[in-house]
Parts: sequence; C-alpha cells; structure tokens
Amino acid sequence: MNLPANKKNISIVCFSGDFDKMIAAFTIATGAAATNREVTMFFTFWGLNALKKKKGRVAMGNSIMARAFNFLMGGLNNLPLSRLNFFGASSKLMTGMMKKHNVASLPELVDAAHALGIRIVACEMAMHILELEQSDLIEEVQDVVGVATFLNDSEESHIIFI
Amino acid sequence: MKHFLDITRETCPMTFVKVKLKLAKMDQGEQLEVLLNKGEPLENVPRSCEEQGFKVLSNEPTDDDKHLILIEK
Repeated sequence: MNLPANKKNISIVCFSGDFDKMIAAFTIATGAAATNREVTMFFTFWGLNALKKKKGRVAMGNSIMARAFNFLMGGLNNLPLSRLNFFGASSKLMTGMMKKHNVASLPELVDAAHALGIRIVACEMAMHILELEQSDLIEEVQDVVGVATFLNDSEESHIIFI
Repeated sequence: MKHFLDITRETCPMTFVKVKLKLAKMDQGEQLEVLLNKGEPLENVPRSCEEQGFKVLSNEPTDDDKHLILIEK
C-alpha cells in the first residue's frame, strides 16, 4: 500500500464482545484501511467470540468451565447489544434497522476488513484461559500474540481500546 | 477501459471501502467513474484516491445534486 508519510497506523484492541462495540471497531478499522492507513485489530477476552470459526453456540475447550463459557458466549451470531439486549433479540432488530438505512451489517464489515487486508491477531493469554486453539478461529487470524508483541508492533500507531 | 461505481446509496465506511476495493481490482491506466453524494464522500473519496497516487481527472456536479468524479489508476 502506498501510504502518505504523515498518516499514522491504527491498532484497535477489540476487548468487548458486544455487537454494537464490534460494529464500531470494524467501522473504524475498515474506514481507516480504506483511507490508506495500516490497521491491526487485536482481539482479546470477549472480543475473541467474533473470531470463532463456529458462529453459533458451541462448547469448546477441554475443561467444563471453558466449555460452559464458550457455549454461553457463542460466536459472531450471538453477540449481545451492550444496552437493551432483550435476551439477544436486539442485535437482530438492530441489523434490520441497519439494513433499512443502507448501513453495512457486521458480517459485511468483517468481509470488508478481510478484503482490505486488515491484520487480525488474537490474544494468546485470553485464548489460553478460554482453551481456544488458533484452529478454532477463522482463517483470517494471522497470528496469536502476547501483549508485548502487540505493543511493539503498535509503537508508531494510534491505539484504540473498544 | 472505464469502470463505473455508484456509491450514493452507501454509507460510511462502505463508500470509501467500495472505491478502494474496486480500484485494487483494476489495472494501471484504467479509469473509474464514481457517482457520489456531497459531504463526507465528496470530501474524502477524491483525497483518498490522490493519496494513493491515483489521478482525479474530473469532478463535476450532476443535475440531481450529486457528483461524478473520474479517477485514473
């Protein structure tokens, strides 16, 4: 990519697994990449749910606790709204409202992020706690890294925490 | 070869995203005509293309209050 010298890179820490916050993260990421910035998205804790290969509720991991957590959290199709979730109905209602107003849906934003070459990395520690392997995550996850690697890679970047 | 893209029904960030992805698929020297709305798309799409080293050959208002820009890759 041909980058102007004065444009900073963007690194987004995707901590929240909330539907609306994930929309915000992918909107900033794709907007930044489309306007010629290098973008990295670092997914940790609840954010990892958006990267699971299986997008519904599936028990993953070895221990009972990990399997229960992964089942209850689910994947991209189960992300809850941060407010007024109404037992999961609101994210579907919100998707309908977004479609009505020609706003890209979350899966469309995720596809755009992949097409734009946004670097997607997963947090090693959070994956360890949740007993997830890289093979449990979508193929677009380029690496599993620790916080030191993420910070080193983001030395010249704006870091945004969502 | 001239390509055409209408982003008047798109909203942020897909306005920039669609132009960027379309240009990425085109060959050097090909042209892209983009129909866009005033405001954010008009301010940022031409700028973003020039940043990537592409030429904005023309930028004309249309009769229905939109803009038509011609970009050469």
